[in-house]
Amino acid sequence: WRVGIAVIAKENYPLYIRSVASQSELKFHYTVHTSLDVVEEKISAVGKSLGDQRELYLGLLYPTEDYKVYGYVTNSKVKFVIVVDSSNTSLRDNEIRSMFRKLHNSFTDVMCNPFHNPGDPIQSKAFDGIVSGMMVQTG
Amino acid sequence: MESLTLSDVEQKYYSDLFVYCDTDNTKKVASNGRVLDLFRAAQLPSEVVLQITELCGATRLGHFGRSQFYIALRLIAVAQAGLPLRVESLNSVKDLPLPRFVVGKNEAEAKHAALYQDTDSQGLYPAPGAALIPRPPGRGHQNKKGPPSSASLPVHEVVQPQAPSIEPQPEPTSPVVSPHQSPPTSPASWRKHKRQHSGGNAERQPVAASAGAVWTHFREPQSVPVTGDGMWSSHSPPPPSQESWVSFTADTPPSSTLPAMHPSSVQESTTIRTLASAATTNEIQRQSSAYDDPWKITDEQRQYYINQFKTIQPDLTGFIPGSAAKEFFTKSKLPILELSHIWELSDFDKDGALTLDEFCAAFHLVVARKNGYDLPEKLPESLMPKLIDLDDSAEVPEPAADVGFSSSPVEVTTNKSPSMPSLNQAWPEMNQSNEQWETFSERSSSSQTLTQFDSNIAPADPDTAIVHPVPIRMTPSKIHMQEMELKRTGSEHNHPTSPLLAKPPELPEETAIKFVAANTVGEGYSSSDSFTSDQEPITRQRSQSGTSPEALKVVAPPPPPPRPHPSHSRSSSLDMNRTFAATSASGQPQASAIAYPPAVPPRPLPTQTSVPLSGHRVEAEGVAGSGAGLTTTSPQQIPQQPNFADFSQFKAFAASEQPVSLQEGDKHSEGGQLVVVDLCAQGEKSLEVAAPLRSVKSDGPADERPAASVSSCKVSSGPLAPPPKPIRRRLKSEDELRPEDEQHGPQKSNVTAAVLAAQPSIPRSVGKDKKAIQASIRRNKETNTVLARLNSELQQQLKDLLEERISLEVQLEQLRPFSHL
Repeated sequence: WRVGIAVIAKENYPLYIRSVASQSELKFHYTVHTSLDVVEEKISAVGKSLGDQRELYLGLLYPTEDYKVYGYVTNSKVKFVIVVDSSNTSLRDNEIRSMFRKLHNSFTDVMCNPFHNPGDPIQSKAFDGIVSGMMVQTG
Repeated sequence: MESLTLSDVEQKYYSDLFVYCDTDNTKKVASNGRVLDLFRAAQLPSEVVLQITELCGATRLGHFGRSQFYIALRLIAVAQAGLPLRVESLNSVKDLPLPRFVVGKNEAEAKHAALYQDTDSQGLYPAPGAALIPRPPGRGHQNKKGPPSSASLPVHEVVQPQAPSIEPQPEPTSPVVSPHQSPPTSPASWRKHKRQHSGGNAERQPVAASAGAVWTHFREPQSVPVTGDGMWSSHSPPPPSQESWVSFTADTPPSSTLPAMHPSSVQESTTIRTLASAATTNEIQRQSSAYDDPWKITDEQRQYYINQFKTIQPDLTGFIPGSAAKEFFTKSKLPILELSHIWELSDFDKDGALTLDEFCAAFHLVVARKNGYDLPEKLPESLMPKLIDLDDSAEVPEPAADVGFSSSPVEVTTNKSPSMPSLNQAWPEMNQSNEQWETFSERSSSSQTLTQFDSNIAPADPDTAIVHPVPIRMTPSKIHMQEMELKRTGSEHNHPTSPLLAKPPELPEETAIKFVAANTVGEGYSSSDSFTSDQEPITRQRSQSGTSPEALKVVAPPPPPPRPHPSHSRSSSLDMNRTFAATSASGQPQASAIAYPPAVPPRPLPTQTSVPLSGHRVEAEGVAGSGAGLTTTSPQQIPQQPNFADFSQFKAFAASEQPVSLQEGDKHSEGGQLVVVDLCAQGEKSLEVAAPLRSVKSDGPADERPAASVSSCKVSSGPLAPPPKPIRRRLKSEDELRPEDEQHGPQKSNVTAAVLAAQPSIPRSVGKDKKAIQASIRRNKETNTVLARLNSELQQQLKDLLEERISLEVQLEQLRPFSHL
């Protein structure tokens, strides 16, 4: 089951981190942090195409012994990172993509909120709801 | 009506009531809501009320004047005392207790009522009879409401400067003082009765009234009547502690309560706002009732929201941008986080802007939050953009049911909306707290009909963005095809559509069809004009291709309208496409389809059409060629015109050469030029063979390859261009062709003549297939011929170029030793 979802700002500071496993939260945070390097590497490579959602989805960044990390970057260089259990083989790539899509949509809704300043941690309940729903699914 | 003598207490009491009912301040009260509410609160049978009304003369007058009102009140008291209603009893009855009005109070609205009740209990009412004043509990209750009641007190006072004891408030600012004295017995009684009232109507009214009073009070401190109303209303919804009230009926420790109220009222400075706010908070604390519909927006509130909306956006159907909304709501001093949440809830369509409904919902949520209500996780139904309208409409009937009482007050006092009272209370509070926020506008209680917002407005669905007319594939539309059919039929009789129909299928069989060219060809058709027009939204090329494919499709589903080949995508290629289209339009779906998308509806007989088509093609190609830099063909157009006739001859020739030409045509894979050639050749197999060949011949040596090809294509496209025309020409040119055929060769002429002759004779319906096949065959052959010629020419050019190259290389070698030097 999904371990965690993180939203990283353009400057690589976290906007939103949420994980399921409470015991290994630190590890989750660490994983997300290390995955940023891979994300950076990927987005620097994919520089030509813009706006194509396929490019936004970075795919499997790197698999560790326990987790699989997926990345997604928006056009404004906001990064979404999903960490899932390696044991969860039922998760298909398409599902991950759809998850990222939902995340992106929720994120844009949050951004549309005039009371939300870009760069602030995301404190939207709607966003929380979406994330929770995603974390619960694919159990 | 006999004159009415009132005691001081009664006088004051009645005056207060009158003021309360006199919403319009016209010194005469119509049979509006307040009065009716009031009378209903008296808990008298309706017939008694009617009788009273009649007795007092209001029926006659149509309204309640002050005297009538007083009489009515007196009669109410009489009735409540159990005495028969008689005019004589008005003055005869002594020691008549004050009429009691029960304010229906629902626990839900207790909050709201409480606020007002406190106000009431403050002793606005002349509390003549302690017995009538079950204040104490109310007091306590009222304490919380202190502010509101005190708020009303000032008003009350304004009305009746006298009644020191009763009218605590010498002026609005110091409402506290007076009320204490006189535990408003009536209010107390009101409360009691109200509590008993389960109907809530009365409650609602009073509460609403109080709410309204408070609101109005805010705005118009001098609007005494309003406060009076508020006072009344405040009496209405006593919180659950009504029981205690009842017990207090007997004793009246108003003083105890009064002092308590003092502070509350004292707090109330000149502005009722503070009172309201305090009351609100008190109410909030008390309010623990169910949330049946706590989020309903009352009329008044809604009107207020609307006014606020107007300040930002005059157009009620427009939007408030997010930034403006942010500024506005930031004034409410709510934490940004909560405002953010409110926004999330209220921006229904997530477009970053607020419609009127959304704005009202947001405002309502802000008000609720200010009153201490927690924000819901989801937007309450009543606040949803669409439902808001329903709620408004729903509210309307309610008040209506209350006999025309102001709907908003009624709603406010609804049991279900415990929050309403508080919210109503909150209004003043908010106003007070936010200086920038406007005070409430007049209570729009009288407006039964709530502003009906177009629910359609709310969902400013950004998704409904204008969808650009994406150029759809170029497949010819049925319309086009039909048009082409019509034209064909109209243009020629001898040319059954079948041949044309037959052609399209052949086209698909051909190699890749350049629909772009087909489009151009299509344009060549006179009917293609309609195509292009129909395809306006479609890109040029596509439209072009659309026409041709359509033509092709007439018969069979032409090959999918592929994108114009890159070669044709060039601007110049447009012309080329046209050329191609023209060429293809000439009814040589086969070649044209392959070569370029000139879905030339193989209309007229290939022979016949080919000739004119070829001519057109020449022109088209000329145009295209010029675009591409191949303008040499243009001059050829004219001379090639006569090739029309040649086509017929070429047909036979083409037929023989078709296989070859076709192959050669296929071989031509050079850039667009060659493709053009191919298109030309293919597009007008039978017809164009002659023309291209001619052009090729003429151009070959002098022109470059592309030129040649272009020219050839042009030639071929020429005739194809105007399908119908060529068709007609064919008809006419049949005779011409024949003689021309003779020029070219007996064989060809014979063939063509035979074909031509055969065509007309063949009945359309029957010979369509045959003709189609024959035409296609002819075209193919012609195309083959053309291609073959082109090929030969090109090869010739190639040889020349190679020779040149060799010579250059030799020179280079000769120069090399020198260069090294």
